[in-house]
Amino acid sequence: MKSAGFTTRWLPILLLVPQLSIIAIFFYWPAIYAMQSSFYLQDPFGFGSTFVGLENYSSLLSSSEYMKVTRFTVVFTALVTFFSLALALLLAVKADNVLRGAKTYRTLLMWVYAVAPPVAGFIGVMMFNQSWGPLTELARSIGWDFKLGVNFNDTASAMILVSVWKQVPVNFIFFLSGLQSIPKSVREAALIDNRSSFGRFWDVTFPLLAPTGFFLLIINITYSLFDTFGVIDTMVKGEPGNNPMTLVYKVYVDGFRGNDLGGSSAQSVILMVLVLALTIFQFRLVERRIHYT
Amino acid sequence: MARVHLETIRKIYPNGFEAVTPTSFDIPDGEFVVLVGPSGCGKSTLLRMIAGLEDITEGTLSIGDRVVNGVDPADRDIAMVFQNYALYPHMTVRRNIAYGLQNRKIDKATIEQKVQEAATMLNLTEYLDRKPAQLSGGQRQRVAMGRAIVRDPALFLFDEPLSNLDAKLRNQMRIEIKALQRRLGVTSIYVTHDQVEAMTMADRIIVMNGGKVEQIGTPHEVYHNPASTFVASFMGAPPMNLLEARFEDGMVRINGGTPVMPAPAARTGNVTLGIRPEDVRIDDAGDIPFHVDLVEELGAHRLLHGQLGDQTFSIHAMKDEPAPQGATRLSLIPDNICLFDSETGKRI
Repeated sequence: MKSAGFTTRWLPILLLVPQLSIIAIFFYWPAIYAMQSSFYLQDPFGFGSTFVGLENYSSLLSSSEYMKVTRFTVVFTALVTFFSLALALLLAVKADNVLRGAKTYRTLLMWVYAVAPPVAGFIGVMMFNQSWGPLTELARSIGWDFKLGVNFNDTASAMILVSVWKQVPVNFIFFLSGLQSIPKSVREAALIDNRSSFGRFWDVTFPLLAPTGFFLLIINITYSLFDTFGVIDTMVKGEPGNNPMTLVYKVYVDGFRGNDLGGSSAQSVILMVLVLALTIFQFRLVERRIHYT
Repeated sequence: MARVHLETIRKIYPNGFEAVTPTSFDIPDGEFVVLVGPSGCGKSTLLRMIAGLEDITEGTLSIGDRVVNGVDPADRDIAMVFQNYALYPHMTVRRNIAYGLQNRKIDKATIEQKVQEAATMLNLTEYLDRKPAQLSGGQRQRVAMGRAIVRDPALFLFDEPLSNLDAKLRNQMRIEIKALQRRLGVTSIYVTHDQVEAMTMADRIIVMNGGKVEQIGTPHEVYHNPASTFVASFMGAPPMNLLEARFEDGMVRINGGTPVMPAPAARTGNVTLGIRPEDVRIDDAGDIPFHVDLVEELGAHRLLHGQLGDQTFSIHAMKDEPAPQGATRLSLIPDNICLFDSETGKRI
């Protein structure tokens, strides 16, 4: 193939500069700075820093608190991702079968998408208010003395619930469009081949939704890890001490509340590596097993 | 294998549209029936009601001796071949063919044997482990056929199965499907808008228009004795010539007075005269003037299109018959003339 070249050397560079500078300033520079400061111990008041080598990392890895946050993050991510996807899929399958008022039904299900994470968190705080929150009362009616912000598990449940609630609409939209892109005749062929609707779903519908599902899996893991910051922040605001938090929130707490920039940078670097590994793993291993039509 | 019986089957959609008016017919065991008609005539709706993919608004449908109105498609003992094949894209050819059997608690060895038999019959053996995306249109069509065959159903349903294939492949598959159906002896209902497919494949043709059955008959009957002007003009390429005529003085007269045949007793007024292009002869001694505007050369024969008076008219001429251009004369074969009521279009 013939490619059109530039006659001068500086023009292509000039044209690339805006894009490259944005990437450099907002991505590479902070990343490099984080990597660099992860090897230093910073004076809390900014008067100086001492090179400590890998000490920030080793103290993190031996810290039981960091391990606890890591464990919680893994559980939180797994639960939020699973429930967001499962609920959205269930709703999408049901909405797909609705014949009357389908549009209204779908619009109502998508509404929550427009709610910003901190607002969602704030709604969660109100719903679980200790004295008059309707969900607290619901929990109480089944004998669960719900204490948001006091009991670790209760707070974690509320965080997961609100995060799932916030993410379901996005997944719902994608699953619904995925379902509607499955050819009608393929479903009808399945109707003749298999009398069980459950069997038809697992054998035909679900595999054909796999590309959508895989895409959403990545989106949801990323969401649970990073975009739930607003929800967590509103829910634990003020007393992060004994409350559940994710790795991303801990980066913020240690760096900006605890003024431990070195330790916080080390955590960011670990997260960066984690995300990189996860992405590579997903694309290399999972994608190969998925049928794209 | 089974006989199929439709008793005043009717379809009204929720918006009030009556897609199929009450329709009754009977298909004996092993017969190949073709439902033919223009788009929107209700033929596909009728087929889908038989398959169970559409609800039957009114009427009774029986396959074999069983009324199947409320029965799930999977329990009707039918197999269907769809227009766009409807193969499962994520399954191999083998699994596509076997899927319907796997859900019917048939043991693995039997399934494998049936898949092999069907694959051999359809020349698919070497493609069994491929996915549908790796096959050509004709091969996909065969897989869809295979999926139907292995089921040994009471009834085959075909929904325009050849319309996505190119002309050459279509002719070939037409013969293959017909031969296969003969061999298996399974009662079949085949929907198409292509009158050539209907003529060549059917034991009996059901011509539909506007949700109504216009005529049921063998291809020969439908072609030579059309029940209405619709059937006359839908079946055959080019269609039957329809001329405005009058009953006058005991004769049927066209073109403002030329008598062509004696009128049936006690008839007066207007009538529509139908005659197939091959039942017309170029005849210098004939008493009907004709002006040939265009000759279509088709090798074995020619089609002469032109004006008879102020009406369009076509003539079929064999390759060694004369094919004049411009003004000429012709004669009709009176025995092959069909007369239709000019108001209702029904055969007189």
